[in-house]
Amino acid sequence: MKKIEAIIKPTKLEDVKKALEKKGIHGMTITEVKGFGRQKGYIEVYRGKEYEVRFLPKIKIELIVKDDEVEKIINTILETAKTGNVGDGKIFISSIEEVIRIRTGERGEEAI
Amino acid sequence: MPNPQELLKFDTGDTAWLLISTALVMMMTLPGLALFYGGLSKRKDALNTMAMSFVTYCLISVFWVVYGYSLAFGHDIFGLIGGFEKIFFKSITLTSSNEGAKTVPEFIFAMFQLTFAAITVALVSGAYIERIKFSIWITFSLLWFTMVYLPVAHWIWGGGFLAKMGVVDFAGGIVVHTTAGISALIGALILKARNDTTLIPHNLTLVVLGTGLLWFGWFGFNAGSALSAKELATIAFVNTNTAAASASLIWCIAEWLIFKKPTILGLASGTIAGLATITPAAGYVNVYGALIIGVIAGLVCFISIAFVKGKLNYDDTLDAFGIHGVGGIIGSLSVGFFADPSINQIAGLFYGSAAQLWLQLLGIGIIIFYSAMVTALIFLFLKIIFKNLRVNPEDELVGLDETQHGERAYNLHI
Repeated sequence: MKKIEAIIKPTKLEDVKKALEKKGIHGMTITEVKGFGRQKGYIEVYRGKEYEVRFLPKIKIELIVKDDEVEKIINTILETAKTGNVGDGKIFISSIEEVIRIRTGERGEEAI
Repeated sequence: MPNPQELLKFDTGDTAWLLISTALVMMMTLPGLALFYGGLSKRKDALNTMAMSFVTYCLISVFWVVYGYSLAFGHDIFGLIGGFEKIFFKSITLTSSNEGAKTVPEFIFAMFQLTFAAITVALVSGAYIERIKFSIWITFSLLWFTMVYLPVAHWIWGGGFLAKMGVVDFAGGIVVHTTAGISALIGALILKARNDTTLIPHNLTLVVLGTGLLWFGWFGFNAGSALSAKELATIAFVNTNTAAASASLIWCIAEWLIFKKPTILGLASGTIAGLATITPAAGYVNVYGALIIGVIAGLVCFISIAFVKGKLNYDDTLDAFGIHGVGGIIGSLSVGFFADPSINQIAGLFYGSAAQLWLQLLGIGIIIFYSAMVTALIFLFLKIIFKNLRVNPEDELVGLDETQHGERAYNLHI
């Protein structure tokens, strides 16, 4: 089992969610996060004084999936979240040791 | 109960207008200024900022009745201060009236003036927020109200020496905005800069709401200062709206040209600058004068905040000096230029008389000097008595909402 964490632009959330649902993924966790990479920040001007805002609003999507679904999901996110501009985000993949469904006590892939 | 015949001497229209105006000006402090200042402050200091307006309104409401009204509008003593005959509203009755407002009962005149005193003190807080201790603010408020506001209100509105000389201030360009603005600057210099001197408003929607309420309330402030529901109130009403709108547009255009984007904060700031600047002139100028005053207000206040403030390097948190001080001073001076004798008898330089301009200059000079000196003395006194005027650096970092009040403006989780 793998955990896929994708940091994407907030405006792309709906597209990504719909595309993942079409591919049979029905569970995900999203978080409103802030950060920056190569995009750096942007400038806000209040009463003539400039402030550089370093952290930009982003959405983090977390999915726990079976190993054989990983490539399909990565491709789906790449297709839907990409604008071609800096700040499109990143995808991180990591291994998951165990998943347990609290309601039934099921473990492993059955619990995803 | 007084004889009904005695009450007939009052004009019911004037009395009704003063009742409404008083409620409108009350609304300027709560919620107007509280939202305007609260939205401009950091999220962690929003409640403390609002609390400073709130507690000030309560404090002045009590002490105005106790001695404020008497010292400002009581029997004149050597042109310097009012007498004590009206403490606790002692000699006010249902049939008494103030010398300057004979067509309305004295009770409502006194309450109308109360709302001016309250917002003036609350205005000062804009320069001190995000660092001053709440207890110090309360003590300062009371001392400043007693030693700066009351004498100045008496000198200009209560028959004191400046009024006798001929200095005029229709609704508070000198009494309200100059005193508050100068004291804001002096206090900001004494308190020294915050550790984080950014002005990144935590909620601009509150700022817009507060600005709208201030603008709305300002009709009571300026048109109410005619102290009657007659012609003078109507031109003051027109001038107030005209200057506010033109200042707002000019600030917006200047910002758009220089910084490439028209900010909402610019629109709001321009509005307040226009309102503060037209205040002393609202009942003396015609609509051309109001338009020009609005344009000057927008430009000068914008320049003072966007460029001059950065050069002088003082930390007036919410620009109480940059908007109210600068606006109040140029507005009070503008009476000397733009006063139209067909409106309210006084002629400015552009209507053939330079005399009023010199009087206004003298009046403004005296008030700037007096406000600055007394504010500095009050802070010196507070420093000797209480040692620390500011919250400690850790509390400043955490925010004054939690450290001063044990509350948070926003509890989004749970």
